Amino acid sequence: MIKVQNLSRSFGDFKAVDDISFEVGAGEIFAFLGPNGAGKTTTIRMLTTLLSPSSGTIQMDGLDPARHQNEVRRKFGIVFQDPSLDQDLTAEENMELHGVLYHVPRRIRRERTETLMRAFEVWERRASPVKTFSGGMKRRLEIARGLLHTPRILFLDEPTLGLDPQSRNQLWSHVQHLNKTEGVTVFLTTHYMDEADRVATRIAVIDHGKIVAMGSSQELKAQTETETLEAAFLKLTGTAIRDETAGSADRMRQAAAMWRRR
Amino acid sequence: MSAIYILWLREVKRYFRSRVQILASLAQPLLYLLVLGFGLGNVFRLSGNGNYLQFMAPGVIAMTVLFSSMFSGIGLLWDRQFGFLKETLVAPVSRIQIMLGRTCGSATTAMLQGTLVAVVCVIAGFRPVSLAQIPLGFGFLALTAIVFAAAGTAIGSTLKDMQGFQMVMNFLVLPLFFLSGALYPLDNLPTALIALTHIDPMTYGVDGMRAALINRSHFGASLDALILLGFGAALTLVGAWRFSKIEV
Repeated sequence: MIKVQNLSRSFGDFKAVDDISFEVGAGEIFAFLGPNGAGKTTTIRMLTTLLSPSSGTIQMDGLDPARHQNEVRRKFGIVFQDPSLDQDLTAEENMELHGVLYHVPRRIRRERTETLMRAFEVWERRASPVKTFSGGMKRRLEIARGLLHTPRILFLDEPTLGLDPQSRNQLWSHVQHLNKTEGVTVFLTTHYMDEADRVATRIAVIDHGKIVAMGSSQELKAQTETETLEAAFLKLTGTAIRDETAGSADRMRQAAAMWRRR
Repeated sequence: MSAIYILWLREVKRYFRSRVQILASLAQPLLYLLVLGFGLGNVFRLSGNGNYLQFMAPGVIAMTVLFSSMFSGIGLLWDRQFGFLKETLVAPVSRIQIMLGRTCGSATTAMLQGTLVAVVCVIAGFRPVSLAQIPLGFGFLALTAIVFAAAGTAIGSTLKDMQGFQMVMNFLVLPLFFLSGALYPLDNLPTALIALTHIDPMTYGVDGMRAALINRSHFGASLDALILLGFGAALTLVGAWRFSKIEV
């Protein structure tokens, strides 16, 4: 479903992604693990047409995202690291907007909106503005929205960041359910090793832009002779702490947080 | 087309939902209207220019459109910050459609706000000379709104954070307003000021509005309309180009 060969992307001198290759089969739940700044989000941005690669090839369900931008965009749904809902619109209006942007015919849009919103337990609150939602509900709504146009692939970039264990648990149950019933391929990143251990069929560990290990959770543990995925991860990527430099988006987010507190 | 429509609809819905903001943004035009209108009224009349409130009201209406369309265009920055922009940029629609939908939405809300201020002006004592020319007034409301909504989109696509926003306010929006002849007649100005007022697109919005509402115009309504159309087309192109360069 996803086929990546010798993919690289540099920003100036810095190699964010350095010659990686991997394949994700149809219906798989594939986890991409790595410390901060390892190149996870850069890879996702390239797979999802937001960034063009410096070199290497990508095939998404047989198509190159750089050349067939709109066709590829119709094939995937994405939940970004940061929330991307319109807070002033209601849950249902957010779904409607997405459906129209993805050219989903009205009747199917209505039916699927209800089915997905019921599945992710946000249907009862469909007429409330999104800003009144809890963090977990917003996340569930975003995933429901990402699935509205029946994508073949669902990208989840740290979808459980900042959620309590109950919400995390519930969210993954929903995702696994949808993976089984609709056969959607899932490509996820997370910092919670227990989540990857539980839901992912295969895991790739990326560090400094390179894939350092790939396989099932069992295989990674066996390969590193460790008991848990977390121990295996630390053995593979070391224990040094990574500092990301704050981009302008981060600075703006901080400014907005201060603004709201006033 | 449906993508443009749904993004337009979003802007309009958001406008009607922010009632507090609608009321708050009435404060500034009211201040100009009441404080300047009544404060400078005598000076204006004694210098032989007639009723100042009559003269200034079209300028205040155009000012509302300028501020509101610029803000709403720059509102793109907030969408970038709160992430909604990404949702639209990964959708299978061209960026030009997204840009047009947003810009039309900004222009529409600015027109609504301008109409609201026009009603307030009438309550304050302003009287348009002819009801038959009101549609012409709406025409200029629309042209002004489109020019500055497109400018706002271009600026919002270029800026990276809110510090830049303050700069735009102080060094662009306020000069555009003060150099437009919204508050004073364009006759007998010093040469430097004449040059500046003539390159300010807002001047033609104000002048056209005055032509429609009080039959008093420096350039004539058709020239005003023509120049606004030119600015509108140019700024829409610039806006589309800047918007196509956004990276998230």
